[in-house]
This record gives sequence, structure tokens and C-alpha cells, in this order.
Amino acid sequence: MKHCFYPAMPGPISHSRRQFVQGLAAGSVLAGLGMFSLPAWAARPTELSGREFDLTISELPVNFTGWPALATAVNGQIPGPVLRWREGDTVTIRVTNRLRVPTSIHWHGIVLPTEMDGVPGLSFDGIAPGETFVYRFRVGQSGTFWYHSHSGFQEQTGVYGAIVIEPRTAVPRLREHVLMLSDWSDEDPARVYAKLKTFDGYFNYVKPTLGDLRQQAQQQGWGQAWQQRMMWDRMRMSPRDLADVSGATYTFLANGTPPAGNWTALFDDGEQVQLRIINAAAMSYFDLRIPGLKMTVVAADGQPVHPVTVDEFRIGVAETYDVIVTPESGNAYTIFAQALDRSGYARATLAPRPGMSAAVPALDPVPTLTMADMGMPTHDAMHMEKPAPAMAQHTMPGMAMGAMPMEQPAPSYTMQVRHHPATEHGPGNAMQAQVVSTRLDDPGAGLRNNGRRVLTYADLHSLDGVLNPQEPARTIELHLTGNMARYMWSFDGVKFSDAGPLRLTYGERVRIVLVNDTMMEHPIHLHGMWSELENPQGVAQLRKHTVSVKPGHAVSYRVLADARGRWAYHCHLMYHMNAGMFREVEVA
Amino acid sequence: MSARTGIFFMALAGGALPAQAHDMGGDELYSAVMLDRLETRNGKAGNSSYWEGQGWLGGDLDKAWFKTQGELRQGQAQGADAELLYSRALAPYWDAQAGARHDLAYGNRPARDWLAFAFKGLAPYQFDVDASAYLGHGGAARLKSGYTLLLTQRLALLPELEANFYGRADPARAIGPGLSNLDLTLRLRYEISREFAPYVGVMWSNQYGGTADYARQNGERVGDTFVTAGVRLWW
Repeated sequence: MKHCFYPAMPGPISHSRRQFVQGLAAGSVLAGLGMFSLPAWAARPTELSGREFDLTISELPVNFTGWPALATAVNGQIPGPVLRWREGDTVTIRVTNRLRVPTSIHWHGIVLPTEMDGVPGLSFDGIAPGETFVYRFRVGQSGTFWYHSHSGFQEQTGVYGAIVIEPRTAVPRLREHVLMLSDWSDEDPARVYAKLKTFDGYFNYVKPTLGDLRQQAQQQGWGQAWQQRMMWDRMRMSPRDLADVSGATYTFLANGTPPAGNWTALFDDGEQVQLRIINAAAMSYFDLRIPGLKMTVVAADGQPVHPVTVDEFRIGVAETYDVIVTPESGNAYTIFAQALDRSGYARATLAPRPGMSAAVPALDPVPTLTMADMGMPTHDAMHMEKPAPAMAQHTMPGMAMGAMPMEQPAPSYTMQVRHHPATEHGPGNAMQAQVVSTRLDDPGAGLRNNGRRVLTYADLHSLDGVLNPQEPARTIELHLTGNMARYMWSFDGVKFSDAGPLRLTYGERVRIVLVNDTMMEHPIHLHGMWSELENPQGVAQLRKHTVSVKPGHAVSYRVLADARGRWAYHCHLMYHMNAGMFREVEVA
Repeated sequence: MSARTGIFFMALAGGALPAQAHDMGGDELYSAVMLDRLETRNGKAGNSSYWEGQGWLGGDLDKAWFKTQGELRQGQAQGADAELLYSRALAPYWDAQAGARHDLAYGNRPARDWLAFAFKGLAPYQFDVDASAYLGHGGAARLKSGYTLLLTQRLALLPELEANFYGRADPARAIGPGLSNLDLTLRLRYEISREFAPYVGVMWSNQYGGTADYARQNGERVGDTFVTAGVRLWW
């Protein structure tokens, strides 16, 4: 079912690099046979509202890069229509499959009965070609969410859209725009995946070179630079293992529009604007900022937070942030979302009139991971992990079984990982972290000390407190594991097809501790129940549906198992999920 | 050999795809063909062509692996061999391989068949290693190792070595016991794409011991320096 979309084109290297990265200025989605195309600023997703919705998933000819390709789309649009619901309503969504392969829609972050969750094999059988599936559930929440296919590689080929849920109690509405970020490849995603499986580092064009070594030597001296290079080489790891799939094949889209298309969000003089930002990419983390504007973050994963004002934030795959900005009258601003590996960017403009644009910043330097990012004990790590003076020494709660708080140096936000599951020691996992950071206030590689105020999880506190204030009765520790060279990804070294379900008792309160043994950041998504992120002292502070875990870090969160059924629990990097970084969670 | 591959494919067929729409780690089959060297060599003893490549078919842990290398001189394959192996992932960076090797006959030199065993992978400090041992005809061994030094994202300097050892003399193939030959290569390769990467290089090739004696008797050069130009092809 994965071999259905072969765009007729050679590899991305063979045509104009600039056009490829920038995409086409005019028209992103070719509608119908007439190749009719809209100016990109006008191609905003339609919005559907009410209680009854009809969605149709079908193939769609597109041209994002100068090369025609075939996408899969909801109602003939990429992204699909924005669905505007109202808290407390029961919504009915009829999803019709006009593809030649099965499909599905998962309502990401929506708490609903398991049979409405849209995961083939767990919630239902999927939607067969030609069939219509009727989703019906009560909407018990409000905020910014999204939907996407949970079948094959359709998330990569365009089956995604935004959900905006109005709260039951009327609140004054600002001018608002949905901004959906995504990554598009003209290549068949099955081919992209096969390349990852067969050629290590195929899409990585930021590997350490001799030039990098010379540059490093100029800063630190040849001895130090050489020693560091040897340390990485000895471990057979690369400090530039930042993204599996990069701008070498991706064109990054803002609301389905490549950078050259300049998707524009309009505002009137004196208006505050709420941006509902959703990362619908298959594989790409983005670092987003709007030069010249501060952003006040008011919600994360659809959940209101105590407002915090920042210059920039990193948004993991499947996460959402609502921000409020106050643009100056008459000015245009660039919304700049660079990929974590700096291989490209998505771009939109915030302006009073269509057709305006502002300067597009240069991409930041390519981040280089440190030994601390790999969970390796180094002098660097100790230096980096110097805690804020007012903070006391912490212990990560519930870690007594697997890991102990490190005794030296104290106080510290690092934790020695003393135990790794035996199943981790096979060919499918390349590394075991020894010392991990439990800090929530680390902005991550590429954003540390960049002169801008960068959002971290430490800044985010749910406005209405936590659902789950009681101390969890049980701790489940899971390690995020993988081997980039073989392209194997798993939990605890065991891929989904070899693993049984994770069983929770209905009503149980558990703490999940995730230890990242890989070199990559993983956005971990639990379906059906909230993940309430804890700070290093074990105090729950933020309700999320997707928790991003940095390399060299451990995080913990609380789950109240209040939803019976079979739920998906997985890394939201699509190819990691496909490789087996996935568990069934069974609540019974 | 055929029985072994048969068992291998039956094992793969047993790991059928799960019913879910996402594969999620089920043992799918992938394949790769890497023709790492397809080159012309220009030495004091004249010109020849050379190929060296491998391919595999399989899942994450179990693969069928094919290796071949050989020289083409005046339209005739010389010193060419091919191996078919079952490959099993043992460690994050290492595969253990077992199968058979066939040396092609050429001129008046007969063919040879061997049982083949190899450890193939990436050693600490990022050295590619393929260390093989062969059973039959007194035994033999081959060591290949290489390193990729990226000058830029596309331009790389590749030092490589190949050494062959034999357990006993094989006069019919003009091979003596012990270290028979050592090739040291330095290539400069430019990746136009991952799939198409032309290169130029130099190779110091030397024969030793009994093998060198046979070469002298046959009026061949014992050692030579070659200028090479070729292309790496992947698909």
C-alpha cells in the first residue's frame, strides 16, 4: 500500500537547488485538469464549522517545487480544511476514501472513545477504498489541535488539517490565523524510507567535514578539535546527526505554501493577532521566530498556559503553540521557521496587505551536538548543566529502580542512568546514555545562548492546574532507542512488531519516565489520555498530548488511565513510528 | 548454498506483515546495490578495468548478501570472484556472514570454491571493515578496510587497503602461501549524487612471497602503481 505515489521526476539534486528549496511562487496546489492555480496568498485553507462535516480523501496533483507530483489530500486541499468545533458539541464527521488504498483520520490530541481515535489495527479496521466511515463523538475540550491520516505514509503526502475548538463560554476573539507547518517531498515516501533503511545518512548534507575541523581548531586549537573529532569517531557517531530527512528532499511548507509563495496572514492596524501554530511535518522540527515581534505563548498543545513572552520557540512534530503578537501598523513581518538541521525553512508573512514581505533572515549556523547531548559524562556536560543557584538538588521521582540521582557534582540536574533494559543491547540500539539531563529549561542544540529569548518547557504551566495532582502509584520507565545506521527505532530496543501492549489498569495513575538513549529529539505522543509533564522535582506543570524528549535528556510525566481501550503510543516522527518506535497501550 | 538461502527466505516469509496500516517494524524486505568501484586502471603493465561491488536483500537483521570483484584485462576477467552469503546483524555496527565464494577460472588457471565467513561492519574510529576467512584449498583470508574523510559534503578522500592471505600454495593459480598481495588505494571522490559519484585515485599494488615468485617466473610485474578513474554507482 505504500507504492502508490511515484512522481515522475529525477532526484532533487538534478534541478535548480534554489527553486527546489524555495518552491514555486505562484500556485501550490493544481486544481483540476486546467492546471488552474491560485496566488499563494489567496490559497488559504477553507474553514468548515458546525456539527456535521464531510471529508473526502483523494489523490491530488500538486506542484510545490517546479516538478509535478501526486499528493493525497482532504477535500482537495493541502492542508485540509480547518475544522471549527464548539466545546460540548457532539460532532459527526463522515470521511470518505477515494484513494486506491486504505486510509484513516486520527484526531490528534482529542480525548474521545477509542473506536473514534482512527488508528487502523487498534481503534478500527481503517477506511477501505470507496468506503465512508462516520466518526461521532462529544467534544469535551477547546483549543488548537489537528487531524491527520494514521495510514501508510499519508501524513507525508498531505492528509492533515487543523482543528480549532471554541470554548463553551464565549471569550473575546482576536484576529486569528492557523499556521500549519509541514515538510513536502516530491519523492514517494516509501522510497524515502527505503533510502533511510539502505544508505546511512542519505539525506544528511551537514556531516562533519575537514572544513568544520579547521573551523573548530581556530576556536579551540587543533589539539582540542582533534580530540573531539576522535571521540565522536571512536563512538561511530556524528555530532551532526540532526535530522534523518532534510532539505535535500524536503520543501518546507507554511499552510501548504513553499517559502517563495509567501503565504500571508493579514491584520488590521492596531490589532493583536493570535497565531495557532501546528507542526504537521512528518519528520521536521522547526525553530520559529518573527523578527521584530515578541510572541506571547498562551497555549501549548491546545491547553491554555500562563502567558510567557519569547522571541523564538522550537516546535516538535505534532506539537501546537498558540501565540499572540502585536504588529505595528503598516509593517510586514516574516514568520521564519527554520528546520532544526538548518537545511531549509518554512516562511510566511504577517502583513496589513497582501503582496507585502519583510526581510527573510539567513539560516542560523548548523547546530553541533555535544557529548552531553549524547548522555556521555564530560567536563562539558558538567559545565553546561550548572543549575540556577536558587534551585535545590533534585531527584527524578520514581527513578530508584532504573537510575539514581548523581552524587557528584551537587546540586545537579543530571542523572546517572545505571540501568538499561537487557533488550537494548542488540543490533537495534547503538548507544546507552550514561548521564542524562532532567532540565526542562535547556533550549536544545542550536538554540542555546543565541541571544534570543527561547521558550522551553520550564516556561510552560497549565493555566487551570493539573488533572492529576496525586502522586502516581506506579512508574513505567521506557528508553527511547535506535540505530541510525540500520534505521531501526524502538522503545527499550524492542520494535512494535516484537512487543506486547503496555497494560494500564482503568483509573490507574502512572508516571512515565522516558530516557533518551539516541542522538535525536523524539516527540512522543500518547493517544486518548493527557501527558502531564513534571518538572525535575516531580511537580506536574504542563498538560500535553505530545512530549518532546531531547537527546541526552530524561523527562517524566503523569498519565491518568481514564480511557478504556487500545491506544497508540509512539514517536511522531513518521519514519521512526513506521520502523517500530510504537507501543499499544491497553487500558482495561 | 541454495539450501541455506532457502531457509533464509522461508524465515523472512514467516515474519509476515502485521495487519495494521502502518508497518511499524514488521520485517519488510529492502535491497541495495552498491557498485563501489567501476574503474579503469593505468599502470606500467598497461590498462585494465576493475569492478568491486556488493548488494543485499533482506530485513533489519537478516540479509542475503552478494559481493564481487575482479579485473577485466583485454576483454577477459582475471582474478574475479563472487560471494553469496547469509548476513546476520550481531551488534549495532557488525554483521556476521557465512556462505560461499567462487573464484572464476581464467587463462589456464582453474576455478576454486570456498566456504566463506566474514565479519563486516564499522570499527571504532569509523573504519569500514570486511574481514573474511575462507575454508577449502588450505584456507584463505581477505581483509578490506577503508575510511571516508569528508573534505566537503560531496568531496571525500578515501584511503583503503586490501590484503589477501592463503594457507598453502596453489601453483595452478600461481599463488604462494602467506600474504599474497596488498593494495593501498587513495581516491578522491565527488558525489554528484549519492547514486553517482565519480572519482580519481592512485593505487600501490604489491605481491609478496610465493605469489611474487610466481609473478616473476611468468614475467609479470610484482608491484605496480596505478592511476585510476571511475565511478561509484548505487541503486
